[in-house]
Amino acid sequence: MLSSSARRGAAVLLSAAVLTTLSACGAAPDQKSGGADGAKNGVQPGAATSVADFGSLEALAAAAQKEGELNVIALPPDWANYGEIIKAFEAKYKIKVNSENPDASSSDEIAAVKSRKGQKRAPDVLDLGIAFARSGAAENLFAPYKVTAWDKIPAAQKDADGRWTNDYGGYVSIGCDAARIPTCPQTFADLLKPEYKGKVALNGNPTKSGSAFGGVYAAALANKGSFADIQPGIDFFGQLKKSGNFIPVESTPATVEKGETPISIDWDYLNAGYADQFKGKGVDWKVAVPTDGVYAQYYSQAINKEAPNPAAARLWLEFLYSAEGQNLWLKGYARPVLLPGMTQDGTADQAAVAKLPQVQGTPTFPASEELDKAKATLAEKWDKALS
Amino acid sequence: MSSTTDPRVAGGTRRRRRGPRTWLATLPLLTFTGLCFGIPLGAMAYGAVTRTDPASGATRVTGEHLARSLQGPYLGSLIGSVQLSALTALVGGVLGVVIAQAVVTSRSAGLRSAALTASGVLANFGGVPLAFAFIATVGISGVVTQLADLTELGWNLYSFTGLTVVYLYFLIPLMVLVIAPALDGLRPQWREAAQSSGATARQFWRHVGLPVLAPSLLGGFVLLFGTAFAAHATAAALVGGSVPLVTLKIADALSGNVLTGQENVALALGLDMILIAGLVMAVYLPLQRRSARWLR
Repeated sequence: MLSSSARRGAAVLLSAAVLTTLSACGAAPDQKSGGADGAKNGVQPGAATSVADFGSLEALAAAAQKEGELNVIALPPDWANYGEIIKAFEAKYKIKVNSENPDASSSDEIAAVKSRKGQKRAPDVLDLGIAFARSGAAENLFAPYKVTAWDKIPAAQKDADGRWTNDYGGYVSIGCDAARIPTCPQTFADLLKPEYKGKVALNGNPTKSGSAFGGVYAAALANKGSFADIQPGIDFFGQLKKSGNFIPVESTPATVEKGETPISIDWDYLNAGYADQFKGKGVDWKVAVPTDGVYAQYYSQAINKEAPNPAAARLWLEFLYSAEGQNLWLKGYARPVLLPGMTQDGTADQAAVAKLPQVQGTPTFPASEELDKAKATLAEKWDKALS
Repeated sequence: MSSTTDPRVAGGTRRRRRGPRTWLATLPLLTFTGLCFGIPLGAMAYGAVTRTDPASGATRVTGEHLARSLQGPYLGSLIGSVQLSALTALVGGVLGVVIAQAVVTSRSAGLRSAALTASGVLANFGGVPLAFAFIATVGISGVVTQLADLTELGWNLYSFTGLTVVYLYFLIPLMVLVIAPALDGLRPQWREAAQSSGATARQFWRHVGLPVLAPSLLGGFVLLFGTAFAAHATAAALVGGSVPLVTLKIADALSGNVLTGQENVALALGLDMILIAGLVMAVYLPLQRRSARWLR
């Protein structure tokens, strides 16, 4: 039954296609095939690789408004100011944002893309850890799209084909409750001091959590390791565990507030956010980016190749990489990828920049192979070092 | 099974009817089992032994995932899980029996119903709420930890020992629930008969009590082992990655922000878990049959 009706449908489509090609031959100015979707030059929104394919940002916005919805996934409202970003986008373009599973991980996002192929509920845009951006691009899951600000993004922070682009990031930092800890540690070397016994926590399991992984990487850099050699970082935490300083509690806003994790290694934007969140609750949260182990990591933005709302997905990216979107991330203490350029041309929110934890120099990033090697080493050695 | 574990009815069902009709009656159960266990098991086994190349989409059979699941940290997590489950099942089993015996032989009906009701509630009090109850009580900044200075005494909730204590919290009540009916089945007349024949209490337990209880004890142990082996939420909320457990490793491999392409290893680990559970059952079943033989 189903197959016969499907066959009939295909026959109808086929004959319609033949008819339109025939009639198109006769008509002199070719009617654009994607006319109903508002795309110019015959490009469907799903195939558009830049705003030029729509003609203008207004045309893109109109096409997106026709779709009316945007499906996002894994965007916690209290993470890098995503709550406000979503509200601002909804208000500006009158597009409803369906936020699914805010606490999902990168692999959950990829799984959602794969398992909901062709469904209306599939996520349109993804905010991924770099490893998943790379592996997803290799699996051909993302639509290439270059935002208007594309040229201003450093080459190391984007896929050459535009399948993913770094969006925002931060530095590994040491958060510390000054109300409980007399002198806050400033470096990784400080953490080994006996006065911090039973006080130092990571914000997760580094074989699972990206920020905890960053913490181990930074500790490696602080202990004569390199991007290619994470072992000194694992040894450092092994030493920290042996001395009794390390506690296996995974820090969360709850453990920070309760004083269970008085020192927590985490992204600077999360730690800086806690400082605001817990002001006046008996927690005096101080943030330091350790000078001996400077490690920055960015998340990446990608569009689902089979996004149910392709125009809205592209509009979302244009919004995120506009000065407005970038400043909203900045307000959440995250460092948007366009920050260096925006500081120069004066479009960056100066008050927000001034509130960022101080860091010297510019960040460098591990190459793909180095990252893979570090992860393999970590997965192999972490358990043993900590048990 | 129930006809062998409960001595009170053991005498009555000696005559077994076997025929096509009884098979027919089990059909719904078999269908249900086949659908609800067979399909996931098949999918898991398939995923554990195959690999799909992300670029080309071609699938090929490989033993790589199973091999990896039995190496390095994955093997460590399997061993850790078995150790934790065996230890907690043993301690929980022994304590559960002692408590159940005390409750069953006490003359107070109130104590009995209170203990059994409490056990019913506590046996199902697991997962994240239990972990947080413990964190709030004996965690690093827990109330009791602060009052009694437990940290100075070397107490650490976020360790293998801590996890054992937390697991016992729901395993002991489970054992009480499972074993109380069997203890009820130990008829007082048997003890009286043994006593009047001049047996000591020790001899009674050695030759009468324990052999009669053995199937239930073993069954309880296997149940406790399985419960501890499969537990995930409590451990995840409590120790995260610092105590290697196979359920945590599976979760890490399936849903994480760091390691990519580990899904098949997770499936292989799941298969390993089933094999271990199967092994435990394989040891339990013949033993149970043997010790149940003379009950009929």
